[in-house]
Amino acid sequence: MDLDWSSVLTPLGLSIRVAGLATLISLAAALAAAWLLARRKSPLPALLDACCTLPLVLPPTVLGYYLILLVGRRGLLGQWLHEVGINLIFSWQGAVVAATVVVFPLMYKSARAALEQVDPHLENAARTLGASEWRVFVSVSLPLAWRGVFAGIMLAFARGMGEFGATLMIAGNIPGKTQTLALAIYDAFQAGNDLRATGLALVTSLACVSLLAAAEFLLSDKIGAGRDS
Amino acid sequence: MISLRLRKHFRNARRPFTLDVNYAVGPEQRRLALFGPSGSGKSLTLHCLAGLVRPDSGQVSLAGRILYDSASKIFVPARRRRIGLMFQDYALFPHLSVLQNVAYARSGLLPRLLNSDEKDKARAMLERLGIGHLAGVRPNALSGGQRQRAALARALNAEPELLLLDEPFSALDTLLRERLRGELLEILATLTIPAVIITHDPDDVDALATGLVLYHEGRACPVPDFRDMRPQFPSAASCLRHLQENAAVDR
Repeated sequence: MDLDWSSVLTPLGLSIRVAGLATLISLAAALAAAWLLARRKSPLPALLDACCTLPLVLPPTVLGYYLILLVGRRGLLGQWLHEVGINLIFSWQGAVVAATVVVFPLMYKSARAALEQVDPHLENAARTLGASEWRVFVSVSLPLAWRGVFAGIMLAFARGMGEFGATLMIAGNIPGKTQTLALAIYDAFQAGNDLRATGLALVTSLACVSLLAAAEFLLSDKIGAGRDS
Repeated sequence: MISLRLRKHFRNARRPFTLDVNYAVGPEQRRLALFGPSGSGKSLTLHCLAGLVRPDSGQVSLAGRILYDSASKIFVPARRRRIGLMFQDYALFPHLSVLQNVAYARSGLLPRLLNSDEKDKARAMLERLGIGHLAGVRPNALSGGQRQRAALARALNAEPELLLLDEPFSALDTLLRERLRGELLEILATLTIPAVIITHDPDDVDALATGLVLYHEGRACPVPDFRDMRPQFPSAASCLRHLQENAAVDR
């Protein structure tokens, strides 16, 4: 039996696209949430913080089910989305939504922890120098927290690459359309196509190792930059 | 010039603390020292003045400009107060060069992108404080004295109307402290704006202050005639001890 490379590379490409988009969306959302929740003084943050972490503890299938209730054809948002012409069920965009919800807590937790590590004196110094809260965040907090945020990006992307449960619930398992790496491996294994399953598993492992090595390189490269031209 | 009436209560701290101060100092006080033990409310007063902490009640005004008034719900945010603050640990931005640090108050959203005007102004400020050669260096490569100058340059480059110095020498060793005291005095003497200096070192008060406010457990007692009384005592420490004892009797 010959290995059909397109049956390996198509799921890989889809996985990278889904995980990449999910990482970007969750990054923006997590930074916004971390920034807002770190500043507001009310009992609300504790509850919102718990909500932001919830996807981490809920089984992905439960998340998938909730998402179907929300964006499905008869869902709360789904009806409105349908009218605008967006259909998330059984589409790769649906897989992005599923992956975004699943990876969001990892991104949020990393960003929040990294931002809390930033010395408040530095942020206060920026304020006395006339900086708005937005500028304090962009020019002081974020650059000083970038390591933690970057670690969150890596973690989220890796988790997004491996996402299975919620994706299956929402986007289904349509080869060439919504079949990501994790789904394709399961599919090949179920069908008894061991060669394809092995190929997919090796490709997945290789992609993850390259990613971690790249992250390690980027993080170590910036250490000890003493001078600025 | 500076008029302060503040109440701020902290319940959640390890022990409850109340700052309750009420004093005003005139424009003749070029350099006001806030003197007292640590934990007596000096830093908190400075942070309330700078707008970094919101008091529970009271009123703060600087040269007739109301910065905070609980009755009419006025609270000018720190960025609009035009009050420079030099932090105890100098709080230089570690990810920026000295030049970018000093230019921060004048630069746009991203402090690494400076136009030539912003660069020139920051360079001129560095030259004025004698650290022009350190423009491209990161703060972590600076000595204690250089850090202090860089922090001072950064605060002054914002053209503040009042300069606050939070324990300017506490991060330095004793020998360096002696030298820098003289240097700081020279720099402060060239300024046209008043300065408020926090210290718990009597020698700092002796060398730098024209006016004095004593702090003790969240209360403040201004001593406007400190300079007139000082010659009656052999040392700054004995003078301050005497004043502190009398302030205790007043309460």
